[in-house]
Amino acid sequence: MSETNYLTTDYTLKSWFLTTDHKRVAILYFASLIFFFFIGGAAATAIRIELATPQADFVSSDTYNRLFTMHGIIMVWFFLIPSIPNTLGNFVVPLMIGARDLAFPRLNLMSWYIFMLGGCITLFAIFAGGIDTGWTFYTPFSTLYSNSYVIVAAAGVFIAGFSSILTGLNFIVTIHRLRAPGLTWYRLPLFLWSLYATSVILVLATPVLAITLLLMATERFFGVGIFDPRIGGDPLLFQHLFWFYSHPAVYIMILPGMGVINELVSCFSRKPVFGYKFVAWASLAIAAVGFLVWGHHMFVSGQSLIASLVFSFMSFMVAVPSAIKVFNWTATLHKGSLRFDAPMLYALGFIGLFTTGGLTGLFLACLAFDVHATDTYFVVAHFHYIMVGGMVTAYFGGLHYWWPKITGRLYSEYWARTAAVLIFFGFNLTFFPQFILGAEGMPRRYHVYPPEFQVWNVLSSGGAVILAVAYLMPLFYLGYSAFFGARSPANPWNAPGLEWQTSSPPPEENFTTQPVVTREPYQYNEAFEAEPQNA
Amino acid sequence: MWRQWIPFWRPGLSPQSGDVDLLFAGLLIASAFVLGLLFFLLALFCVRYRASNQIDRGHRTSKSWHWEVSWTAASFVCFLGLFVWGASVYFEMYKTPTDELVVFVVAKQWMWKTQHPGGQSEIDALHVPVRRPVRLVMASQDVIHSFFIPALRLKHDVVPGRYQDIELEIDRPGSYHLFCAEYCGTDHSGMIGEIVAMEPADFSHWLTQQAPSSPLADEGGALFRQLGCSGCHGNGSKVRAPPLEGLYGKPVPLSDGSSVVADDKYIRDSILLPRSQVVASYEPLMPSFAGKVTEDQLLRLVIYIKSLSGNPS
Repeated sequence: MSETNYLTTDYTLKSWFLTTDHKRVAILYFASLIFFFFIGGAAATAIRIELATPQADFVSSDTYNRLFTMHGIIMVWFFLIPSIPNTLGNFVVPLMIGARDLAFPRLNLMSWYIFMLGGCITLFAIFAGGIDTGWTFYTPFSTLYSNSYVIVAAAGVFIAGFSSILTGLNFIVTIHRLRAPGLTWYRLPLFLWSLYATSVILVLATPVLAITLLLMATERFFGVGIFDPRIGGDPLLFQHLFWFYSHPAVYIMILPGMGVINELVSCFSRKPVFGYKFVAWASLAIAAVGFLVWGHHMFVSGQSLIASLVFSFMSFMVAVPSAIKVFNWTATLHKGSLRFDAPMLYALGFIGLFTTGGLTGLFLACLAFDVHATDTYFVVAHFHYIMVGGMVTAYFGGLHYWWPKITGRLYSEYWARTAAVLIFFGFNLTFFPQFILGAEGMPRRYHVYPPEFQVWNVLSSGGAVILAVAYLMPLFYLGYSAFFGARSPANPWNAPGLEWQTSSPPPEENFTTQPVVTREPYQYNEAFEAEPQNA
Repeated sequence: MWRQWIPFWRPGLSPQSGDVDLLFAGLLIASAFVLGLLFFLLALFCVRYRASNQIDRGHRTSKSWHWEVSWTAASFVCFLGLFVWGASVYFEMYKTPTDELVVFVVAKQWMWKTQHPGGQSEIDALHVPVRRPVRLVMASQDVIHSFFIPALRLKHDVVPGRYQDIELEIDRPGSYHLFCAEYCGTDHSGMIGEIVAMEPADFSHWLTQQAPSSPLADEGGALFRQLGCSGCHGNGSKVRAPPLEGLYGKPVPLSDGSSVVADDKYIRDSILLPRSQVVASYEPLMPSFAGKVTEDQLLRLVIYIKSLSGNPS
């Protein structure tokens, strides 16, 4: 590779930390997210070790409470929410629409700095003394009773929220304004539709989180009686505010994953995504209806029965567009020409795990059953199926898919497939027993538990070991590939997307000539297959 | 023995839990069907349309919306059915409890304190008679707790600042787990109690065996005088305050023209936030007792005021 690309234009640290190139910012995010993922993962491992026995023989109660809080806060705000949008999204959005960069390159870099500032403050809170409120910060525990670094941790999350808002804004403007000539909305890759929907949620919901955390800090500092019932406040008000952000946040986490799966399923079936328009609008429908379901976290809280009724109904409704997507992915496989490269294995795993998570979501939306299952391991299993089985699997799939584009190198297909299969099995062994634990009635956030729950907990902890090893594997073979892997052609998957029409890795300004789009997306037809694609 | 490994095939122990188990079975069957169909199709397509397989892949371009419209409609109808089913059972579970047998529950970090109207109190345990609806009036002293009995498929948060009441009924004698399901701090996982369901005769016997403390209503009466409530609400006082005799369960006209039924919640609120609901034609004179009485004391006051209307509990 003789011409320079974005990786080889400059090697100084300064050129990385002051870059405005979306691709380099994406790399910065990659590095930080790997770091946060392994911190959150280490906490999860410690939790599973402790739960292998019913007694408290590994950590104390307080340590345990700090561990699951740390796991939740780090994984939700510093891994899941930024993962796909800020890394893969940052890297491929301009490439996919044929633009030279995002609409606001400096803002993009600033988002990373804000994110890191928030992350460092949160890490300080965790390592200076820890926080034991759970990631949900429920009052009045967090405002009156918790003797930990609540305000510091909340400040970290508050600051990181600005990064989310700015990234969302940047994506929205970029997708509106910088599309290549001929790239109409219905020619956009579905990954961009889902990122667009995600960005709308980021911009509209994150401010509510910021307000909620501010109110909580005010209450903790001054005791003004917003949430304290003894002076006229209402603890349920906090839950309404918190979930008004945090339920849509679940869609921030899963929608980009769904977007990635569209690209993978289509590419490795050599077929356009079945029902493109349905899938595209389903993303926006999920984003819109997702704002109206927050009350399903409060079915046993004592909110009015009528409110529960409405929230239950809306929760069922939000499942309809999700179901559409699953059916469309399956239909895409029909009469395709299927290849089982590592990204495709991840995509198939995603479909199975996401569907399982989605269906159990219906169990929880179903009022009477939710009364029994809420705050038990059933909920833990459900949202791990969506967020880890769904989101993280999609993230790994997308990472493998775009890896040759990002690094210009190929990875070991053998190890990649092995890791994908191991992740799938490790994941199911870890989390499926938790459905049973929850159905049996084991509450979540329990550090010690009655001995009859031990068998399923041991299975789950055993699965967690496999899962931990499987998540470490890509670190090695992808790390090896980044420096020693075989050079990748510009378009190793023979895919029609614009991001594959430039060299791998792309030059600093993405495209040497402005691309013009003349085709519908995902045209893997015979004519396309016949053309040589390594332009 | 093996049955204990199968989730939920220990049948629920109350009339409502049977309904919940049925609902759970329905949900399981529906999702097993969907998952089975999905996995079958995925496996079929993966084998049949693998790239190396030479097979007819024609008709790629023909597009029809029929499939999408029909599976969207099918999902919608299924979801609607499950929603209605789940909601109807939910309303049955959380219906207004009967007032026949009342037990008071105070949750605090990290224990469950339960009190029978006769004054018997228990820590991390609750004895109830079988086959008889029991109304629980629950309050929290500090943070949010959640009262959870897996065997009854029943759970309700106990939120500070308000009374929560639920009804429970147990079919068979035995001892069942009582968990705190809402994270409440350091010893959250130690906040485990026991529900002991007994035959009615055994239960009456058990009640009489307990350390005889004075009935809660009597203790409430003493407190009522000690806190000075009787100075205004008592007979012949100079301050004009609403009479409390016969108050419980009756509608109370308020100064804003509306009216409320004087139940546990109303009495509790009137003690803590007396100016929020002022009785019609009375001056808002009463001071707030927020912060001056504990949840335990509040319960006793409420029970005392209740007893003034001739209500046994």
